[in-house]
Amino acid sequence: MSGLQTDGRVEQGRLLTVENLSTTFATERGPVRAVDQVSLSLDRGQALGIVGESGSGKTVLSRSIMGLLPSTARREGSIRFGDHELLGSGAVDMSKLWGREMSMVFQNPMVSLNPVMRIGEQIAEPLRIHLGMSRRDARATAVRLLRDVRIPEPERRVDQYPHELSGGMRQRVMIAIALACGPTLLFADEPTTALDVTVQAQILDLIAEQREERNMSVVLVTHDLGVVAGHTDVIAVMYGGRLVEVAPTAVLFADMRMPYTEALLQSIPRLDHPSHTRLTAIPGRPPDLLDPPRGCAFAPRCAFARDRCREEAPTLTPADNPEHRFACWYPVGSAEYLETRERIASGLTIGGRS
Amino acid sequence: MTDAPHLRPDIDAVLRVRDLVVDFPMKKGQRVHAVSGVSFDVARGETLGIVGESGCGKSTTGRAIMQMPRPTSGSVEFESVEMTALGRSDLREARTRVQMIFQDPISSLNPRRRVRDSVLDPLDIWQRGTDEERSDRVDAILEEVGIDPARAHDSRPHQFSGGQCQRIAIARALVLDPTLIICDEPVSALDVSVQAQVLNLLEDLKAAHGLTMIFIAHDLAVVKNVSDRVAVMYLGRLCEIADPDRLYARPAHPYTRVLLDSVPVPDPTLGRATTGITGEPPSPIAPPSGCRFHPRCPAADERCRVEVPEMTEIEPGHHVACHHPLVTPVAISS
Amino acid sequence: MSDTITKRLGPLFWLAVGWLAIVSLLALFAPWLPIKDPDSYFLVRGERPPYSPSGTHWFGTDQDARDMFARIIYGARVSLVIGFVAIAFGMVVGGTAGIVAGYLRGRTDKVVSFIFIVFLSFPSLVLAILITALLDRGLVTIALTLGVLAVAPVGRLARATTLAYADREFVTAARAIGAGDRRIIVRELLPNVVIPMGALALLGMAVAIVAEGGLAFLGLSVEKGPTWGKLILIGAGSRELEKSPWIAFGPIIVLFLTVLALNYAGDRIRSYYDVREIGL
Repeated sequence: MSGLQTDGRVEQGRLLTVENLSTTFATERGPVRAVDQVSLSLDRGQALGIVGESGSGKTVLSRSIMGLLPSTARREGSIRFGDHELLGSGAVDMSKLWGREMSMVFQNPMVSLNPVMRIGEQIAEPLRIHLGMSRRDARATAVRLLRDVRIPEPERRVDQYPHELSGGMRQRVMIAIALACGPTLLFADEPTTALDVTVQAQILDLIAEQREERNMSVVLVTHDLGVVAGHTDVIAVMYGGRLVEVAPTAVLFADMRMPYTEALLQSIPRLDHPSHTRLTAIPGRPPDLLDPPRGCAFAPRCAFARDRCREEAPTLTPADNPEHRFACWYPVGSAEYLETRERIASGLTIGGRS
Repeated sequence: MTDAPHLRPDIDAVLRVRDLVVDFPMKKGQRVHAVSGVSFDVARGETLGIVGESGCGKSTTGRAIMQMPRPTSGSVEFESVEMTALGRSDLREARTRVQMIFQDPISSLNPRRRVRDSVLDPLDIWQRGTDEERSDRVDAILEEVGIDPARAHDSRPHQFSGGQCQRIAIARALVLDPTLIICDEPVSALDVSVQAQVLNLLEDLKAAHGLTMIFIAHDLAVVKNVSDRVAVMYLGRLCEIADPDRLYARPAHPYTRVLLDSVPVPDPTLGRATTGITGEPPSPIAPPSGCRFHPRCPAADERCRVEVPEMTEIEPGHHVACHHPLVTPVAISS
Repeated sequence: MSDTITKRLGPLFWLAVGWLAIVSLLALFAPWLPIKDPDSYFLVRGERPPYSPSGTHWFGTDQDARDMFARIIYGARVSLVIGFVAIAFGMVVGGTAGIVAGYLRGRTDKVVSFIFIVFLSFPSLVLAILITALLDRGLVTIALTLGVLAVAPVGRLARATTLAYADREFVTAARAIGAGDRRIIVRELLPNVVIPMGALALLGMAVAIVAEGGLAFLGLSVEKGPTWGKLILIGAGSRELEKSPWIAFGPIIVLFLTVLALNYAGDRIRSYYDVREIGL
């Protein structure tokens, strides 16, 4: 694919730097800050997982970076992509980056393809627009891309319409379209949620394989901690529009500090646990972004919350490992955390909810 | 009638399903073979989990038990009554003892009605007790599922979260004191943190009311958590049935193995197994001959293409329909 | 999402409703209100009618010196009754057929849908001319004629809405608890179908009122008494129009405002109930 590369690309090192990014939506019921002061960075070739429940802001964050937001949204902060600043005055024209530098695979392949256009034409479109390819070259490239995403009989499939393909095949086509111009950054927003588990595994493997082959960076947005565990280098956990914990994948799972991350992992039924294992549920429900709690957004549901948590919002601070950041006053392992856990274990009181 | 050695004649069965077939007519005289000869039984107080991918017929099986729609053929014996033979009014009465909980909590409640009325409805229809008794019963059941009855009295579904709507739907299913609850993907539309709440609630209610359950889901970990026995379905057929700890530890059907290997495990230290499977389930309009899994099965041979595998017991309480099971059968004296 | 989603219908909606209320109340209580007799001739010696608007004749008089204000109010009695009866008939007949067809599906649905298509294909004006020419030109005939024309559009909306809801799990759940077909239709489906139907009914009333005007132009409106359509027809056809525009503009403006109010209110109601299931 080297023939497709454009000039001035980041071949290695820092590709994306997001600083203090906030995204606010004007709604009928008032402003909603869906992304709140998010800072993170991503190197070329790295895979970042953004994990959160519905309403955590994970989808808005990825779309804010890509600039795919409705007109009611306002972004503040800074997004640097290579040498380009994407926000504020002097921001580059995003449409020049879409497709060639960044592209996105959406959640539902059933509605993301144009039903009246042959899939070959849909793959060829960005090639012709961005790379100025001739019709014949674009078609040849489309066939090659279909082969890259492991679609059998690509020469025949290229002339078919989306309804002639299964769900998994359509998601492969979506990936082929996203990969068409050889982007350096691929966003995948819940790419497998609409698919069956055996197909999900195949699609995740395909994205991982293409990332390696193309030295591409990937941002994987998902609610499934299992999906990110196997397919990312770094994980960012979001809650109530904020990052609450960021760490390299192995570090995060070995040493999670934010009680929310821990509670989330404990609430998932595990294959390796015997049946009828009692699940540790998180009480309550995610915060209302129209009226967010004053302190830590997770405090109302947190078993380890104290007065300070309800008054003052913690900021993202590094742990002993500088790559591991978390936002919590009384993180997992702290004296206060251990004290509360002891209290809960002895059945005296359920902390945080009283 | 196919042989069904996995049925347990000596148990106190709430439900016995034998050779259940559900076909749907399509255009041009084609038929969708949604369920093709499925048999199982559910003991009193037991939870049977049914797992499989979309299109495997698990939801259709659940609905066919309630005769919605009536199955094409086969027998559904609920509390010793043959459901398929019941007339309209007898069926209506029988259905009150089998209730369903659905996937989409929002869509399972009428958006225009106050939620308390939705829970009260079953009691009104069947005129159970006096007005006051009904009202007390509804309040008690709402309290039990963790919904404030006063709020339910003046609110409509959109004023509750997805998890709360699912609790309300559970209350409605329980209010008539049913024997059997069929849960069709009850937590797959919920956030993970809320999912655990609802799963725990179902376990508590099952114990408190002595319920028998059928739990249909695509999530293998969720099914394992709640089930006493798990059935794996593929393209309208039963592949394997066993208690979950045995099934998940020693899957005998290659399809079960593939399913288990495909589940993303939230632990990066465990290397991912590559499943080796490609493609997707074929269409249930023209299902493959022989073993329906054979086109995707790494172990398939000529016999699998021709001959439909029968259910056989490979270890006590563990049955599989496969010509080449992954677990070596142990000698079973019976 | 959190508790109540507060949404407003907006001041314009209430303005529209207020206008409709005023017109309806005036029409309803016209005989008991201090309004001039619509059929009396208020000739003034030495002056040729029509008389321009004044303190005694707020909207002026027509060329026969009859009070325009009174005639518009009495005209409203006929026009609003026609609009209301027509759409009520359409709602009851079309709505029932549509809901039943959408719920039962199968052969019932095929038959009902076919009938709707036949009705829609029949040129409505021709049908109206036919009925009014063959039967009498009484208020009830006119209203029911327009009502028959409303059956198919209302019925199709009811059927489509029912189809969308009949697949929802709450309907399956209702069957599972032993609810009969009638109960499901009345308790589960009707409340969901009635809102979009009500919105359409308001729009339909506007159409029926305008249609009455159209029939008036063909000389096929109600025989006796003023109607808005007849008032506009007489005024616009008069040689006096150029010098005395009020003889047509009075009823035109009132008709326009009423139709606008109906359309706007119907539209607002529809969008008010539409979005509520979407959260943020």
